[in-house]
Amino acid sequence: MSHDGKPARRRRRDQTPDAHRFPTRPYDLVKEFVIAVAVVGVLVAVLAAVFSSPDRKAITLENWANADPNDVVATAAGELAGTTTSAGYGAPYNRASDGQKLGPLPLQRWGSVRIPIDSANDLVIEPLSTVTGDPALTLALRTWHSASPDQQTKWAGNYSDALTATPDGNPSQVKPGDYGPVPVLAARFLTLARTGGLEGLLTSRHTFYATDQTKPLLLLADGAYLEDQARADHLGGDQWGMMNETGNYPGQPWMWLYTFWYQIKPFSTSGNADALVWALMAVLTLGLILLPFIPGLRSLPRHLGVHRLIWRNQTPAQRP
Amino acid sequence: MSSEQHATSSWTVWLRNHIKRTVPEGQWLPDRQPAYVRSWIYVFGVATLAAFLFVLASGLALAVGGAAWWHTSRVGHFFNSMHLWSTELFFVFMVIHLWGKFFMAAWRGKRALTWITGAVAFVGSIATAFTGYLSQTNFDSQWISTQAKDGLNSVGVGALFNVLNLGQMLLWHIVLLPLVVGVLVVLHVILVRRHGVVPPFDAQPPEPAALAHTELPEPAMQAPTDGADPVQVPR
Repeated sequence: MSHDGKPARRRRRDQTPDAHRFPTRPYDLVKEFVIAVAVVGVLVAVLAAVFSSPDRKAITLENWANADPNDVVATAAGELAGTTTSAGYGAPYNRASDGQKLGPLPLQRWGSVRIPIDSANDLVIEPLSTVTGDPALTLALRTWHSASPDQQTKWAGNYSDALTATPDGNPSQVKPGDYGPVPVLAARFLTLARTGGLEGLLTSRHTFYATDQTKPLLLLADGAYLEDQARADHLGGDQWGMMNETGNYPGQPWMWLYTFWYQIKPFSTSGNADALVWALMAVLTLGLILLPFIPGLRSLPRHLGVHRLIWRNQTPAQRP
Repeated sequence: MSSEQHATSSWTVWLRNHIKRTVPEGQWLPDRQPAYVRSWIYVFGVATLAAFLFVLASGLALAVGGAAWWHTSRVGHFFNSMHLWSTELFFVFMVIHLWGKFFMAAWRGKRALTWITGAVAFVGSIATAFTGYLSQTNFDSQWISTQAKDGLNSVGVGALFNVLNLGQMLLWHIVLLPLVVGVLVVLHVILVRRHGVVPPFDAQPPEPAALAHTELPEPAMQAPTDGADPVQVPR
């Protein structure tokens, strides 16, 4: 204990003096601001005029169907079989899995099913149910609905496997098998996508103003086409894709640290990579925000010495 | 009611006094700065503010034509390009400003809240820029949203902040997040003006007695306290 009874090892008080007690010199803040606005304005205008900005058109489901029809058929069969990413996702879309965990904490499951999506029914069967004047489709849908869930899964799984066994997943080369109505449903789904009306059936069937693209985006992401296109543009997760954008543009370089973790182990090989990276970034962000209160780290700048480059003109009178 | 009673019960007087105490007159727009403010690093705070203005202005121009206007109009596309490049510059300046303040340990001298508002504004700006990419209604939006959903869903917040919902993301991008960042920037600037620029490590101001020998005008000789008018001494 010190002589005044207070703990000897108490925290050293911040002795930084009031800035207003130091000698001053003229400084025109308004002039500085106006010059900054002018310089930045010119820079922005020149950069915009010279380099423009990327705008690769969105992939429509019609584009997808015309560019990679086999992928659309395989995706439809996968949705019906429950083998696509969205079908087995877990929260917030369904209860097909627990999703990612942070150690023992099932954070994803705790988020609960708040955007319920039954991939087979919501993404494939319901849109097909709106088609009229196609007896073969009507019969296929009736057969599908009258079958048990196990039978449905078996048919769709058999057809998915058969598609995988063909060169390029070509439906016309699938060998005969126990597929039930699935080949008809998948083929008609491709036809529906080619009409250009599938987006509307997924987004605005029950509302006039459609602002939520969750279903068509989940469907598109369930296929391989979107990812193939992205990887060709160096946008894959293992290609630093989270901070890139199409073309030779800077993208979001401020997300380099977030993207960095996905490139290294254990994150790059973990099934819980997203939860782990988010937790790590949350800790690091909290550390940045609370830096003034973290012993050791808050003293680091004094020892690094970079401040000597900034305060080179400090007069002897200002030194202790 | 006496004038004294009025002064103690008036909310208006309370607010006026509170504002005066927070940033006394003369500190809002001082025409002098401490002599140690003499480096290019100090320019980047103002440069960040300038870039922020162009982000807001180009964003407002894009809002006039609507979410998909820039896909079909050359003028709209130019404003989108200005929005992109002002955002890039905004982050470049802000990151340099942030590193500069880190190397100065600019949280010293009761400036922790200044650092915190700046750091939270930085994080908020990243979220705002991210929702901008989601609101572009093009291929980048499709790919980024379908990838980003996994991160948010993995920690259980993907339904609250649904990156696949264009309507929600657009409103977050043009209303909620800019409002948060804007308020934080205003608070940050108020705190900077309130506390002044952090002094160098271990620097000590001259003793008041030493100042007494300098023939300064009377107002500048008043006892300097935190929140008082800047003491002016000749260079």
